[in-house]
Amino acid sequence: MEKYVQIENVRQVFNTKKGPFVALRDINLNINQGEFIALIGHSGCGKSTLLNLVAGLTLPSDGAMLCAGREIAGPGPERGVVFQNHSLLPWLTCFENVYLAVERVFGQAESKTSLKKRTHEALALVGLTHAEHKHPHEISGGMKQRVGIARALSMQPKVLLLDEPFGALDALTRAHLQDELMKIAAETHSTVVMVTHDVDEAVLLSDRIVMMTNGPAATIGEILHVDLPRPRDRLALANDAKYHEYRGAVLDFLYRRQLRPAA
Amino acid sequence: MSAIQVTNESLEKIMSDPETIVTGKPLAAVATSERSEPGESWLVRAGQIIGIAVKWMIPPVLGLALFIGIWALVSQSSPQLPGPAKTWESAQILFSDPFYNKGPNDMGIGWNILASLQRVGIGFGMAALVGIPLGFMIGRFQFLSAMLAPIISLLRPVSPLAWLPIGLLVFKAADPAAIWVIFISAIWPMIINTAVGVSRIPPDYMNVAKVLNLSEWKIFTKILFPAVLPYMMTGIRLSIGVAWLVIVAAEMLTGGVGLGFWVWDEWNNLNVEHIIIAIFVVGIVGLLLEQALVLLAKRFSYE
Repeated sequence: MEKYVQIENVRQVFNTKKGPFVALRDINLNINQGEFIALIGHSGCGKSTLLNLVAGLTLPSDGAMLCAGREIAGPGPERGVVFQNHSLLPWLTCFENVYLAVERVFGQAESKTSLKKRTHEALALVGLTHAEHKHPHEISGGMKQRVGIARALSMQPKVLLLDEPFGALDALTRAHLQDELMKIAAETHSTVVMVTHDVDEAVLLSDRIVMMTNGPAATIGEILHVDLPRPRDRLALANDAKYHEYRGAVLDFLYRRQLRPAA
Repeated sequence: MSAIQVTNESLEKIMSDPETIVTGKPLAAVATSERSEPGESWLVRAGQIIGIAVKWMIPPVLGLALFIGIWALVSQSSPQLPGPAKTWESAQILFSDPFYNKGPNDMGIGWNILASLQRVGIGFGMAALVGIPLGFMIGRFQFLSAMLAPIISLLRPVSPLAWLPIGLLVFKAADPAAIWVIFISAIWPMIINTAVGVSRIPPDYMNVAKVLNLSEWKIFTKILFPAVLPYMMTGIRLSIGVAWLVIVAAEMLTGGVGLGFWVWDEWNNLNVEHIIIAIFVVGIVGLLLEQALVLLAKRFSYE
């Protein structure tokens, strides 16, 4: 296991009208290759801010961030991002949305046929071959999110970053996509960082759960190692004592030690 | 009291009468057979359609009738103003030969319309070529926006005709000066609407562009342009409207062939019927341009 993403003493300050606002402080985290990390915390704790930092969408005010030994200076194709609200371009079909990413990463080295093949494969991976030529407004929310995942995966990223990817979906669709994500992560050996506010989702999917303290000036409160064998099955885990222990630990952190006075 | 009693009694009689039930059945059967007859239903549906059409047509027709009525009344009390009937007669003669050509000062109405449309087309086209890219750049680059904002706010409210002398001075000819006036008055809505469209692009789309590391060209063709297109179409529609509004006035001052000049020429000839016809022609052509662009804009709207 090699450290793939390194975050050292990162601090993020936003300049607001009321003066500087410290969103994150003293963030230290090493993410190993192939690891599945969940970032959990109450809303406003800066978990999305941390994800955006890893994505390179914003740069830290202080501290160092490395990905594969190189400083993160901006977004890069080795870090695929799945956005909270799918962020598909409405004027492009599902195929074209994914193709845009494929073309950017592999366009210079590969032929058009090969780019199209990659796009088909990415959509097949999330089970959307039948909806390739539909526009985003013609498909369901769960399908849109899957296209978003396919777009991120099609770039063959080393790290997959997901910002509350299933937050807007109904419970059944969410469970289905969680299972698919587990399968895809196992197949592609991806390193995954996922922001979530769902305790079950965090325990089910991750190897480590990074629990954040409340903002402002949020930091990592505790890191929980989830030592459950893979592949994991949600039905079997429902009666697993260890699973409930982990779940209890996260709930304890969120609702006893970090309970917000007014939220 | 007695009346009620009588009816109660008669009702009871009818109810108890076995014939009522017997005759009731065929009546119902007749009614259903009438409804299911194809010829009848077709007639009913046609009637409904005509009814809707009439309902939909009545207000505009009534409005036009009222307008023509007032016009007729006013023209009766003022002998110089020709009435609707006289104007209609004159229009029939005018449009019977729209493309005659008896020298530059006496051409058919068709030539005049085409000349005006051509000027608007050139002036508007050049305004689009300059205004739309400029709008994109203003929306995309904050520095450019801050730099050009004062100039735009200063020049935009200036009456289009105030630019005519500058055009005459620079181009030393009437025709380019008229086109210049169209250009300068049509450019502002396109710059402003395009720039607003660019600045209103959802930040999510720009995040996608950043994450995918898209080139500036891809950002333009795949994100900026499609996202801004509806705003741009609004700008284009407003611009065409302004351009068509301004052309008559500009041509009155510059002369040559064109609707504006034609109006002025007919004023000098004291042919008031033709002036009224020109007003209608300007209005109808403007309406057609607007409708064409509305249709075009509908084609380019997403979701």
